[in-house]
Amino acid sequence: MSKCNGQELIKLIEFQNVTKIYDKGVQALTNINLKIDKGEFVFLVGASGAGKSTFIKLLLKEQDPTNGTIYINNQNVGDISRRKIPHFRRGISVVFQDFRLLPNKTVFENVAFAMEVIEASPKEIRRQVPMILSMVGLSERASQYPHELSGGERQRVSIARAIVNNPSILIADEPTGNLDPETAWEIMKVLKSINRRGTTILMATHAKDIVDVMQQRVIALEKGRIVRDEQRGAYGHES
Amino acid sequence: MVMKVRTFKYMFKQGLVGIWRNRGMSLASITTVAASLMILGVIITLVLNINGIAFMLQNQFDTVQVYLVEELSDEEITNIGIELGSIEGIKDLEFESKEQALQKFKEGWGEQGYLLESLEKNPLPNSYVIHLNNIESADAVVNELTNVSGIDEVKYYKDVIDNLLRIAKFIRSVGWALILVLVLIAMFIISNTIKLTLNARKQEVNIMKYVGATNWFIRWPFIIEGMLLGLIGALFATVVINFAYQSAFDLITTRVYVILSTYMILPTQMLPRIIIIFVVLGCGVGALGSIVSLRKHLRV
Repeated sequence: MSKCNGQELIKLIEFQNVTKIYDKGVQALTNINLKIDKGEFVFLVGASGAGKSTFIKLLLKEQDPTNGTIYINNQNVGDISRRKIPHFRRGISVVFQDFRLLPNKTVFENVAFAMEVIEASPKEIRRQVPMILSMVGLSERASQYPHELSGGERQRVSIARAIVNNPSILIADEPTGNLDPETAWEIMKVLKSINRRGTTILMATHAKDIVDVMQQRVIALEKGRIVRDEQRGAYGHES
Repeated sequence: MVMKVRTFKYMFKQGLVGIWRNRGMSLASITTVAASLMILGVIITLVLNINGIAFMLQNQFDTVQVYLVEELSDEEITNIGIELGSIEGIKDLEFESKEQALQKFKEGWGEQGYLLESLEKNPLPNSYVIHLNNIESADAVVNELTNVSGIDEVKYYKDVIDNLLRIAKFIRSVGWALILVLVLIAMFIISNTIKLTLNARKQEVNIMKYVGATNWFIRWPFIIEGMLLGLIGALFATVVINFAYQSAFDLITTRVYVILSTYMILPTQMLPRIIIIFVVLGCGVGALGSIVSLRKHLRV
């Protein structure tokens, strides 16, 4: 399913016959097969309970598949020991619908926090954080606190925090879910520009208009199965 | 794992913030640690001193006193002396007559000695004082002595020493039980304090997990917080115990029984032991309390 533009693309994410059944017998994902290449922008759509959350949890190794194998960066995720999970997670970061910013830290400190906890040096932090803040258009807001920001600005802070350590994959879980349509588009612009710099983006969403306009790859889940996987897709065929 | 200075500073600061954030529970934790260690301190000073005194006695009183029955002839007394002399393990022996014993007794009473003048009959028995080669062989020698006829009673300091050691052992056992209970209480309270900090930092921890902080990076601040609580309690207990022991020592040496002071451990020698024991235990209890809490409430 690789795009043929003359370049050899690296398989960044690959699911082989992945099934996830929870302890209570709920079959969240059934026999998922897919490949996502480096640099792709992928929408993950589907109704609540279709398996989007489980899909993301498997990617982050918060959950292990019941059957099947997941490869990320050509590494079998199942082979990663518990001790190695933190290092594995540095390559995949997440943006949530509810931003999850620390209220008692400024914008700068919130972004710097992600670097501090992986023990980056103050020098690197001073260089990297302003750069990322200007990328998401928040240079002016660096010393403000989350409660002084609008929803869109908060989400941009959370995106800045997610990409400050240069992950190869950015997962956005309903990133526009709490935002009005105009602000949502701001966020999409930011995500697109991050994608242009080479970061693979996987965005789970319900926002039909965004998916339809963006014209990116769409993977649709229904009752735990992939029902559609199209390049330049739309949210749904009918309605 | 080599920790960067910067990282350590960050974690230490988080620990202090945690303590300050739950001041009430922190105070409760510190108090329980201090109280437990103070009780431990009393037990340690008692046991160490009793052991010391018993050891000193062992070296200085290697004698066995053999009291003879009344109404023995001089010849019989001499024969007993010869028989005693042949027992293995005896270095030498000397005879102490009733009169000598009474004289000694009077001297022991000092100025009140004249009271004994009114005695119609000397109640003290004749005896042999036996010096042993080795206090350890006292039991064997005493066993042999009981086979000799004409002996009324055998008194030896090993009894006293054994009793002292038995008391020390008893105090130690009761002490351990008490300490165990107190340490468990301290650990319980510390783990609850840490739980509060964990709740306050839930969001931070969650973010740390998602951006790939290592498990130990997440855990250390809580462990440091617990250890700090234990350490502060330990320092507090050290000050109190040191003061108390110094006072007790002064009281005993000046007012009660001067000789005893030569057997007692000097406060200046006691202090370093107390510090080491308290700091290690305080930090240990604190760290364990945190770990219990982390295991229960922090899935990293």
